[in-house]
Amino acid sequence: MGEPRGHKVAPILGLACLGLGLLLLPDTARAADAPDPAPLKRLVHQDCGSCHGLTLKGGLGPDLRAPALAHYDPETLRTVILDGIPETAMPPWRPLLTEQEAAWIADYLLKEAPK
Amino acid sequence: MTRVFAAALALLLAAPAAPMAETAAQTVATGDLGLVIERATGSVLLVDQSDHAALARIGGLGDLSHASLVYSPDERFAYVFGRDGGLTKVDIVTRQIAARVMQAGNSIGGAISDDGKLVAVSNYEPGGVHIFDADTLEMVADIPTGSKTIGLVDAPGRRFVFTLWDAGETWIADLSGEAPQITKIPGIGKNPYDALITANGRTYIAGLFGEDGLTALDLWDDTPTPIRVLPGYGRGERQLPVYKMPHLEGWALTGRDFVLPAVGHHQVLWIDAATLTESGRTDTHGQPVFAMARPDGRQVWVNFAHPLNDTVQVIDTVTKQVIHQFKPGPAVLHMEFTPRGHQVWISVRDAGKVMIYDTRSFEKIGEIDADSPSGIFFTARAHRTGL
Repeated sequence: MGEPRGHKVAPILGLACLGLGLLLLPDTARAADAPDPAPLKRLVHQDCGSCHGLTLKGGLGPDLRAPALAHYDPETLRTVILDGIPETAMPPWRPLLTEQEAAWIADYLLKEAPK
Repeated sequence: MTRVFAAALALLLAAPAAPMAETAAQTVATGDLGLVIERATGSVLLVDQSDHAALARIGGLGDLSHASLVYSPDERFAYVFGRDGGLTKVDIVTRQIAARVMQAGNSIGGAISDDGKLVAVSNYEPGGVHIFDADTLEMVADIPTGSKTIGLVDAPGRRFVFTLWDAGETWIADLSGEAPQITKIPGIGKNPYDALITANGRTYIAGLFGEDGLTALDLWDDTPTPIRVLPGYGRGERQLPVYKMPHLEGWALTGRDFVLPAVGHHQVLWIDAATLTESGRTDTHGQPVFAMARPDGRQVWVNFAHPLNDTVQVIDTVTKQVIHQFKPGPAVLHMEFTPRGHQVWISVRDAGKVMIYDTRSFEKIGEIDADSPSGIFFTARAHRTGL
């Protein structure tokens, strides 16, 4: 599981955005340890946002803004993203995200004040 | 007609100089209009169903991610429920905001009473329902629930029905008298995520996230009790991750069956409306989000959760088979049929388009530019219980 699995989100979002500008995104040749922020930001706000709100202030799922996540360390948050939380509506994102991408999202949530 | 003449006459009497034609020119027929939620920009797009045209954009509605709306009985006003707790009354005749209040911190949909006098909003934070005078948007009742509140619908008799995500209860608020009368029905199930009411106002069904199954209530019963529907429908099957909660709006009654999205299984479920027992399953492309019946009930159109949300499937309700599959584009969020079902309008968020299809030939017959479109709402909803 710790093995880098390449850049996974771009093909998936590319599929979802067929014919659009996302096809212009860098392909899998990109370094696995440097996920492309643009599709990941989009994923966070649009798809995590399905439950947590477009502005991440919460919905059916809890508030994801930095102050609300302060009790998480990046490792734990990454694990929550990848494996979900059993018995809750939080699904495992491992089928859709690499570890690097999940780590990037954890970092983004903990550091940035998403608009 | 008489009323129009009377109004024109009154105008003439009041201001004899005003030509009658001017009065006539101000008449706006709203019966084939609709509004499209533009979720990222906090605006709604006024569209004309017959002309396949965008007429106007009305902005300033706040955070419209996951927004929905209901119409006044005269099809003039839309009450838009924003995620940020904003309740906005939009006048589609003058194309302006008529009133707006911030009524909570975090909201999820609303409903209008059968008499059109009350608008109710369902809130996550603080959990509960707020009820407003439809004319003034003054709050007339506050019903705290201590729980995230979902599945709010109108029911005949000036009632609202809603369900508590955390507590697994359904509450019926009767506003026909002086003070709201609340009936609480426990035992609905674990984590009800959405609910709907049949067009005749009789059956309310809550979908459950926390367990496989649904729970129905017969609102014609004086003391409705939970009726388990399809308990354990996914038993023995692997639960798949759900990347977007399904919606139960657009209850699909197809002849004798209801069609509903399964949760955690890539299927739609068919339920016999008379017996509330399973009458079939159809495997689908992904986790269904909406399963919407064409108004005549002959077809069901299904869209899907991320990452398979570029696709729509059409299911024939006689054979329960998928008869058509296509990709309108990236992020199909909502579908709305014309009232007689000859066309369907589909919002394709990441294409920035609303696409219009003929429901018999499946040909694309038009498109309208819209900014991150999500919900599409035609004014004909004004006359339907539960929409």
